[in-house]
Amino acid sequence: MKFETEFFNIGYLDTLSYRDTFVHRLDPRIKITVSFIFILFVVSFPKYELSALIPFFLYPVFLLSVGNIPFNAIAKKILFVSPFAVFIGMFNPLLDTNILLAPFGVPVTGGWVSFLSILVKFILTVSTALLLIAITSFPGICEALERLKLPKVFVLQLLFLYRYLFVLLDVALRMLRAREARSFGKKGKEIKTFIKLISVLLVRSVERAERIYQAMLSRGFNGEIRVLKRHTLRVSDLLFGVAAVALFYFFRRVDVVNFLGETVSGYLR
Amino acid sequence: MHMADALLSPAVGGALWAGTLGTIILSAKKLSAKMDDKLIPLMGVLGAFIFAGQMINFTIPGTGSSGHIGGGMLLAILLGPYPAFLVIASVLMIQALFFADGGLLALGANIWNLGIYPCFIAYPLIYRALVGHSKSPKMITLASILSVVVALQLGALSVVLETKLSGITELPLSTFLALMQPIHLAIGLIEGFVTAGVVIYVRSLRPDIVEDLEGVKSVAAGGSIKKVFIGMAILAVITGGAFSWFASAHPDGLEWSIEKIYGKPEVPVQENPIRENLSKLQEKTAILPDYALPSKGGEENAENPPAPWPAVDPGTSLSGIIGGLMVLALIILFGFGIKLMNRNKAKM
Repeated sequence: MKFETEFFNIGYLDTLSYRDTFVHRLDPRIKITVSFIFILFVVSFPKYELSALIPFFLYPVFLLSVGNIPFNAIAKKILFVSPFAVFIGMFNPLLDTNILLAPFGVPVTGGWVSFLSILVKFILTVSTALLLIAITSFPGICEALERLKLPKVFVLQLLFLYRYLFVLLDVALRMLRAREARSFGKKGKEIKTFIKLISVLLVRSVERAERIYQAMLSRGFNGEIRVLKRHTLRVSDLLFGVAAVALFYFFRRVDVVNFLGETVSGYLR
Repeated sequence: MHMADALLSPAVGGALWAGTLGTIILSAKKLSAKMDDKLIPLMGVLGAFIFAGQMINFTIPGTGSSGHIGGGMLLAILLGPYPAFLVIASVLMIQALFFADGGLLALGANIWNLGIYPCFIAYPLIYRALVGHSKSPKMITLASILSVVVALQLGALSVVLETKLSGITELPLSTFLALMQPIHLAIGLIEGFVTAGVVIYVRSLRPDIVEDLEGVKSVAAGGSIKKVFIGMAILAVITGGAFSWFASAHPDGLEWSIEKIYGKPEVPVQENPIRENLSKLQEKTAILPDYALPSKGGEENAENPPAPWPAVDPGTSLSGIIGGLMVLALIILFGFGIKLMNRNKAKM
C-alpha cells in the first residue's frame, strides 16, 4: 500500500541519518547553510542555461558517496516526488519554438533547453534537500535551527511534531487497516465516513497531547528540552563550508563545461 | 500545488522566505508573550495529526479518484492564527525534507502560500467574522467552505504569480490561471466541506475538547494582525529589492573588476590554446546574462517566427555537450571512487 511505504520512508531516512561519516559529523548549521547557498546558486542560472549546471552535481554526489547513502533510496524518491515542476516545465517545449542550438545539425528549440534546465535544477535541488535529511538527524536540524536564532517555541513544537509523527501515523494506519478489513471496494471511503474517521483521529491526538503534557509536567518540564549531544563548530566544519561555497562560486562564474569541451574538441581538430 | 525550487528565481524565493521567516518570528513572539505551556505539545501533536490524517484517503464525489485533507484551515480554526501558522510551517518543512516536496528555497514560498492565507486572511476576515461565537452548523459549514475556497484561490494565484515573476515558464498568464484556479476551486469546496464536518463532529463528540481549545486559543490571541501584515510586506519588499539588485549588479561583476585591475577589459594575450579558450569563455560568461532576453514564444511568434536568436553555432553546442558529458563522468567517477574507498575501509 502506498501510504505504508511512504510512512516507512520517513523512518528509513531517519535511520540513515544516524550513520557516522564525515558529512554526518559536520555541524548541522554548516550543512543547512551550505545546502541553502547551493540551491540559491543553482536557481540563479538563467532559464536557457544547461551545461553550466552540470558541475553542480558534484555537491549531491559528494554528500551521497561520502555519507554512504544508497543511491537507489534517493533516486526513487526523486522519481516519485510531486511532479509540479515537471508539469509546468512541460509547456515550455510547446510554447517556445525558437531554435537555440543545433548540435550535429539537429535543431533544438529554446523550449526544450529551458525544460531540460528546469529538470536539471529540479534534480539538483530536490536531491540536496533529501540528502540533507539523510545525513543530518532531525533533532540535529532542530538544534541548528534554534542556534540559527529561530524562535524557541517554533523549534520546540517542531521537535514534538517529529516525535509524535511516528506514533500518530501508527494510529492512522491502524484505523485505515480497520476500515479496509470492514469494507469492500470503494465502500467505506465516502466523505461522510472520512469526516468521522478524521474527527476521531483528531480527538485521540488532542487526548494524547493532554497526557503528554501531564507526563512532562510530572518530570519537571519548564519549557526547555535539554539535549545530550550538542554540536560545536570545529575547524573542519568551517573549512568544508568555505571550500564548498568557493567552489559553487567558481562553477557559477566560470563555465567549466564549455572550457573543457572546447579544449578537447580543439585538440581533436 | 507545492512550489518547486526549479521554478523559482533567487529574488522571488528569497523575498518569500524573508516574509515567511518574519511571520514565524512574529507569531512566536506573540505566543511566548503570554503562553500556556500546554500549547507546545498540543501544537506538535496537532501537526503530527495533520500528517497522519493525510494518510487517510476518501473518494472524491463524482470523480472516483481519491483525495486527502490539506488541513491548513482546520488548524487555523482549532488553534487560532499564530499557533496554526507555526504548525503549518512545521508540517511543510518536514514535507520538504522527507518527501522532497518542492525543496528548501521553495519552502518559504510554500509556507507563504499555504500558511499566510488561511491563518491571517481567511480565518480572521471570513471565518471568525462569520461564525463568531455561534454554534450553528449551517454557519460553520458556510464559513469554512468560503474561507477555504478564498485561502486556496489566493494560494494558487500566488503560485502562478511566483512562477511568472521568476520567469522560468513560457506559459502565458491567462492559460496558467485557467489551469490553476478552477482546480483549486474544486479542491477548496471539498476541503471546506470536510473541514466543516470535522469541526461540527468533534464538537458533538467531545464539546469539552472544543471548549478547552477555545480557552487556549484566547490566551494566544490578542494583538492586531495588521502589524503582521505591515511587517511581512516591508520584509518582502526589502529582500526582493536586495536580491534583484544583487542579481542585476552581479553578472558583470567579474568583468568590472577585471577592467578595474587591467584598465582595459582585455588581458594581454599570448599564443596558447588554453589562453584562447579562456578568453572565449570570458566572452561567453559576459554574454550569458543576456541569454534570457529574447525567445518569447507565444501565439504571435508562432505565425511569423523571428530571426533565430542567438545565432545558431553548431560548434558551441557541440563543445557544450562534450564538456558536459566529461564533467558528469568525472563527478560520477568521483562518487564511485569514494564509495569504493568506503567499502574497502569497511572490509578492513
